[in-house]
Order: sequence, then structure tokens, then C-alpha cells
Amino acid sequence: MSSIIDVEHLNYRYPQQAADELTLRDISFTVAPGEWVAIVGHNGSGKSTLAKNLNGLLAPAAGTITVDGQVLSEETVWDIRTKIGMVFQNPDNQFVGATVADDVAFSLENQGIPRDEMLKRVAAALKQVDMQDFATREPARLSGGQKQRVALAGMIAAQPQILILDEATSMLDPRGRQEVLATIRQMKAASALTVLSITHDIDEAASANRVLVINDGELKEEGTPAEIFQHGEELIKMGLDMPYAERLKAALKRQGMQVPATYLTEKGMADWLWQLRSNK
Amino acid sequence: MMNKLIFGRYVPGNSVVHRMDPRAKLLLSFYFIGIIFIANSWLTYLVLFAFTLAAIYLSGVKWSFFINGVKPLIWLILFTVVLQVLFSAGGGHVYFQWGIITISQSGLINGVYIFCRFVLIIFMSTLLTLTTPPLELSDAIEYILMPLKVVHFPVYEVALMLSIALRFVPTLMDETEKIMNAQRARGVDFGEGNIFQQMRAVVPLLIPLFVSSFNRAEDLATAMEARGYQGGEGRSKFRILKWQMRDTWATISFAVLTVALILLRA
Amino acid sequence: MAITFKQVDFTYQPGTPFATNALTDINVTIPTGSYTALIGHTGSGKSTLLQHLNALLKPTSGTVTIGERVITPTTSNKDLKSLRQQVGIVFQFPESQLFEETVVKDIAFGPQNFGVSEEDAHQTAAKMLALVGLDQSLLERSPFDLSGGQMRRVAIAGVLAMQPKVLVLDEPTAGLDPQGRLEMMQMFARLRHEQELTVVLVTHQMDDVADYADNVIVMDQGRVVKTGTPREIFADPQWLTEHQLGLPKTTAFAQTLREQGWQFDQLPLTEDELAQMLKSQLAPSLAPSHFGEGTAHDE
Repeated sequence: MSSIIDVEHLNYRYPQQAADELTLRDISFTVAPGEWVAIVGHNGSGKSTLAKNLNGLLAPAAGTITVDGQVLSEETVWDIRTKIGMVFQNPDNQFVGATVADDVAFSLENQGIPRDEMLKRVAAALKQVDMQDFATREPARLSGGQKQRVALAGMIAAQPQILILDEATSMLDPRGRQEVLATIRQMKAASALTVLSITHDIDEAASANRVLVINDGELKEEGTPAEIFQHGEELIKMGLDMPYAERLKAALKRQGMQVPATYLTEKGMADWLWQLRSNK
Repeated sequence: MMNKLIFGRYVPGNSVVHRMDPRAKLLLSFYFIGIIFIANSWLTYLVLFAFTLAAIYLSGVKWSFFINGVKPLIWLILFTVVLQVLFSAGGGHVYFQWGIITISQSGLINGVYIFCRFVLIIFMSTLLTLTTPPLELSDAIEYILMPLKVVHFPVYEVALMLSIALRFVPTLMDETEKIMNAQRARGVDFGEGNIFQQMRAVVPLLIPLFVSSFNRAEDLATAMEARGYQGGEGRSKFRILKWQMRDTWATISFAVLTVALILLRA
Repeated sequence: MAITFKQVDFTYQPGTPFATNALTDINVTIPTGSYTALIGHTGSGKSTLLQHLNALLKPTSGTVTIGERVITPTTSNKDLKSLRQQVGIVFQFPESQLFEETVVKDIAFGPQNFGVSEEDAHQTAAKMLALVGLDQSLLERSPFDLSGGQMRRVAIAGVLAMQPKVLVLDEPTAGLDPQGRLEMMQMFARLRHEQELTVVLVTHQMDDVADYADNVIVMDQGRVVKTGTPREIFADPQWLTEHQLGLPKTTAFAQTLREQGWQFDQLPLTEDELAQMLKSQLAPSLAPSHFGEGTAHDE
């Protein structure tokens, strides 16, 4: 299977860092087209730095990054940026347009898309994130969740192959978080989009096909959500919330009960408990 | 405090004036300021007032906004009027004279004319800003600056800067209020004490505001780069301005106004 | 120190074309020594209410009694300082209020505004830094060189340094990672006991309400719609949903179990409580069984 993102032996150092200090050390991984990969790690672990390397916002100290068959370099960086859409953490600081529609159109303007085409794509994108009634609104009058949905509409309009979410839900209230996550799931269902989400949110990580754990600039572990979630209380140190079933498992253990070692979803947990009760 | 400022604030609406092309509104407002100086008699000022009030009426914006627009400037206006009255060497009957101070009939009349000019200019520019979203104004400015591209003036970049600046005004106002509250909660009194104390009180506000603005600017630059922004060249435009029939009519009415003023001039 | 609202209304920009009503007929008390959670969806009036707690805003009508002081619409803006000292507010993303050259100066800023000498304030600052779990070596560092989590702790130390009796926290864990959130919430619980504080927590995290609070105020559309203990508030999941609020994870999970046929006398709030309930039902030797009655299970 060919990969859409291929990262090999990536090292990154910030300009102010000494020669032997690295923010990212020897990171290698691949992402298949249409896959949803969650990148987790505590604050300061280097996960956002990794994301910014992927579309050349930061330039690696060593290693190669290949996106959709193109090796990232000064010549290919603008090409690659049209293939990668990126939504950042702070809803306010990435809102370029003076109104919702202007913001959605920003990437398209940059690509020099003709206006007729732009109008169509902007309208369709706003409809997809259910913000069509807000097209002429100014950002100051939107909630955080709405602003992030506008950012997503901007991505939909630009039609990238890859979507990178850099803690896109972390500054939102629970409702905004749900709305944004629902929009991402729906975008994923509507096209063969590849998603990389950097997150602490357990629901977001659980939506992924695969989870990469970054710690101190190194790729520590990778696996399916179920494999990673087995770590139970260790997850908090990895920068992830504990799934509820794991929390309950830990509490049952404290009560002296025998619990299964494998990861259970909430439904799995409920079923297991019911089983116990029926066998009583 | 900032909320009392009416001047420069947009009041949403759907009137003919609201729907006019911002270029027409901007240019005609400037033109209006020019032709005010044609007026030199009661009759011509009356015509100008009638015209302005008709425009305000068409906009459907409440009168109180315009009165409030004049209020903050009233002392400046009165000061200018008083200077004009006291120091103009005009003719006509002299009511009072003391050294270089003269109060004469023509001085008084000129004073009233100046007052009228101020009020007319404020009314018309308030009408412009109340009925035109800042963004449309920046579009209009971009269009008007377009000829400067010939001399390699970065018109697109300046227009984008202007629109981003406008877009961040409310964000920064919120931020200012938040930081002010946080520092007030730590015992800072803004706007109290002598000048020196007041200046000191501003430091805990300005530094965080600068820090956060720089962070925002950096984030914004990153986001713009990620979305493929490489400068003005080769960009297409989403917003376009449309000159419509009503704009032509507005222009014609200004022409008629000009002719009327010239004919009615004393 | 208790804070009592009586028939408080608040309108932003009253008498202008932009007037907006933010609080309506608020009657509520935050009792001395309580850990009160203030919940409600975004825009429900929480932050407006919060700014009344130390008279940053004064009611448009009604009274707010803060300790001994009564704040009315006509209270003068002068001599509110002692109030500000007694009610410390940690605003959302408090790290954005840092401005001094060094950590110690920033923490000492509040006390110095309230007339404490520089020397004493610096001593307090050193103590507060320890209290928020940071190392003394940071005292002379620039606050802008610290990590996000450290900056937040310094800002909190700056509020604690005023030695308030009431500590108001506006979403203090927003933007932190799970470990940081946990440590922060545990820190507040510890500070509350050590410093004998009354704590007011504005939050969207229902788990934090269940784990830490003993009193809850629910707001919606500028009104207080319910007050009570967490157990009382979370006993009615449907009512919460109607007000766009969630449940603690445990309560929600117990609710699912209930729908499957489990019996609970009351909905649990924390996972330990649920674990105990489950254990008593699964291990009848420890708790006499009394729930054999017909339970339909649809699988």
C-alpha cells in the first residue's frame, strides 16, 4: 500500500536551541491515504512542531518528508501546502477574513481560483459545516466552535487531501468540541480525506484508526486506539485523558474486584458488567 | 468609554444608502466636503442642510446617532467658532472692540457659517461610517488606491493589512477589557490619581496587550502561510464591488446640488 | 466570607441603542467556606456574574453583599480596593496578565497595590511560588521564559499573594493537558484547605463539579435556574440536557446501566462511588441483595 505521508528520520531543532538539543528526534512513520491518525503527547512533547514540519512551516534539521509522492523542499513546499489543510488551536488567531465567507475564500484567493468557482465552493463548504446562515457575519460575533467550523469550511473549499488538526478542539467548550468533532467525522465520511489530529481529547483519539504517542520529541509508541488505551492510568502521562471505562476499571480494582486486562469501550464495559451480574 | 463613541461605528441596515457602492459613498462624501465651501449665504447653507437631512432620512438611521456624533466634538467646534468671531477683521457693524479683539456683524455671521460647516461635515461623515461596514470602506480605499500600482505601491498588501486590522479591532478590544479586569482585580486603579500614577497604571495593561498581539500576529502569519498566502501577486478576489443604478443617481444628485449651490451663491 | 446577591439585574450599556440585558433577578448566596461551582453554557451570564463578585461590575439594580460591604448601583468606584484584595479572581488564561520583568515582581504586584511593602511582598511571593508547586529558582526568571503551565501557576500565585478570603477561578484548566488539569484541580483542593478559602469555580467540566464542588449554581439566559449540591443538580439528567449541560461521566454511564436494567437508589457522581455500588450488587455477601426483581435486558 502506498502512503500519502512518509516521514523518515526527522530531526528538528529550534533556532535558539544548542546543537545537541533536539525538539524532534529521529521520527519515522507513514500514513496511508484515507487513514485517521491521532498524535498524542503532553504539552511541550513536540507534537505541534511535528505538524508544522509536515507542510514546511518549519524546516527539519535532518530527515525527509514525502507528501503524496513529492519530497518536501523549497521548490515543492507551496504545492504541498495546497494538499494539506491545517486547523490550529486558537479559533481567533487563524481567522483571516473580515467575514465568514471571506475567510472561507482565503485559500482559494491564494490559489487564484476564478471568482465564479469560488462562490460555488464557498457556498457548498459553508453548507457542509452548517454555517450557511452566517456567511456575512463577522468573527467577533461567532462562538469558538463556530469559528473552528468556519476554519474547517475553509479546508473543505480548498479541497486538500490531508487535514491536520493541531489541537483544534482544545480551546472550545464541550458543545463546541462536539460540533467540531461531528463536522470532522462528517468530512471524513464525505471524501477520502486523510486526517492527522493532534489532541488530548479521548473522543478525538478514539475516532482515529491509529494513535502515535510522542514524548520528549521521540515517537514512543504506535498502535490502534484499543492498544494504546490499555495503558490505563499511564495515559495521563502520555498526554491523553483516561477513557471512562478505564477509570471505572481502576476504581473497581480499588474495590478489590478482578477486571479484564484488555481495553474495553464503554459499551464493552457495560456488557462485561452485565455478564458478571448474570453469572452471579 | 469606547462604547460612547458613535463616530466610526456601523449600524446595520438595508436602506438605499446602506446598499450603495462604498466607492460612491466614500468619493461623494469627500466631494461633499469640497462643495460645502461653495456655500456663502443663508440660502446655500439651507440647501446643504436640506440635502444632508434628506440623505439621513433615506438611511433610516436614528437622528440621535448624529446628535451624539457632534457631541464629543462640540468644544472643538465652539473654540474654532469663538476664534473666528473674535479675530476676524470683517466688515459690517462693529459691536465691540478691544485691542485686536473685534466682534463685528460679519464676524458673527462667519462664525455661524463655520459652525454649520462643521455640523454638515460631521453629519455626512457619520452617515458614511454608520451605513458602511469598515470592510467595505477598506475595499473602496483599495479600489481608489489602485492607480498607485503603477508606481509599485503594494495596494493589495495594504488593503489586506487594513482588512485584517479591522477584523482584529473587536478581538483586541475584548482582550484589553479582559486584561484591564485582571489587573483591576489585582488592585490597579485605571483612570485615577495624577498623571504620573495613571501612566504607571497603563504599563500592566500595555505589556500584556503587546505580548498577546505579537502572539496573535505570529499565529496569524503561520495560518496564512499554511493556507498558501504568498503575497498579492496571482491572487483572485472573492469580494468585488458593483456600481449600480442607485450610485449613478446619487452622483447625479450631487451634481445637481453643486449646480444649485453655484447658482444660489451670493 | 459569604457573597449574597439580592434581586440583581445587570444591563450592559444601559440607555444606549446597544443596551443588552445580561443578568435578571439574581438571588443567590455563596456561603463562607463553600466550594461553589458556577455552571451554564457559554453566554448564560456566568462571566457577568463573576465580575460582580469583587465589584468589577456593579448591579444596574439590586444589591450584592460581599462580606460586610454592600454594593449597590450607586456605590462609588473609590475604596473598592479592600474588596478586590479579599476576593481574588483568576481569570481565564490568567497567564495573559503577566507583565513584570521577573516572576517575583509579578507575584508581588498585587500585594504592593494594596499597600504591602516591597520587601514583605517579595517574601510573600516566594511563599506563594512554593504554594503553587514551583521551584524557588524561578523567582528571578522572566515570566515570559516559562512554559505555559508554569506561567499559569505564576499568575495564580499572583492572585493568592493578595491573600484573599474568596478565590474565584474562571475555567482555570482551559488549554492544559490532562496531567496539568489534574494537578491544577488537586492544587486548588489543597489550597482551599490550607488557606481556608471559599472557592468559586466557573467550569464546563462536570466531572470537576462532581469531584470537587459542594454547592452548584446553574445559570441560563442570565438567570439562576437552579442551586443545590452536585447530587441534587445531577439527579435530573433530562433537565440538564434541556439547559445544554452535560453530566459527569460516571453519572452518564450509570444512567446507561440503569437503562440496561441495573437498579440504583441514586445516580452516583464519581467512579469510586459507582464502583462501590456495582460491587455491592455483584458481591451480595458484602451487601445483602434486595434487587432480584424482574430486570429486562434487551440483548
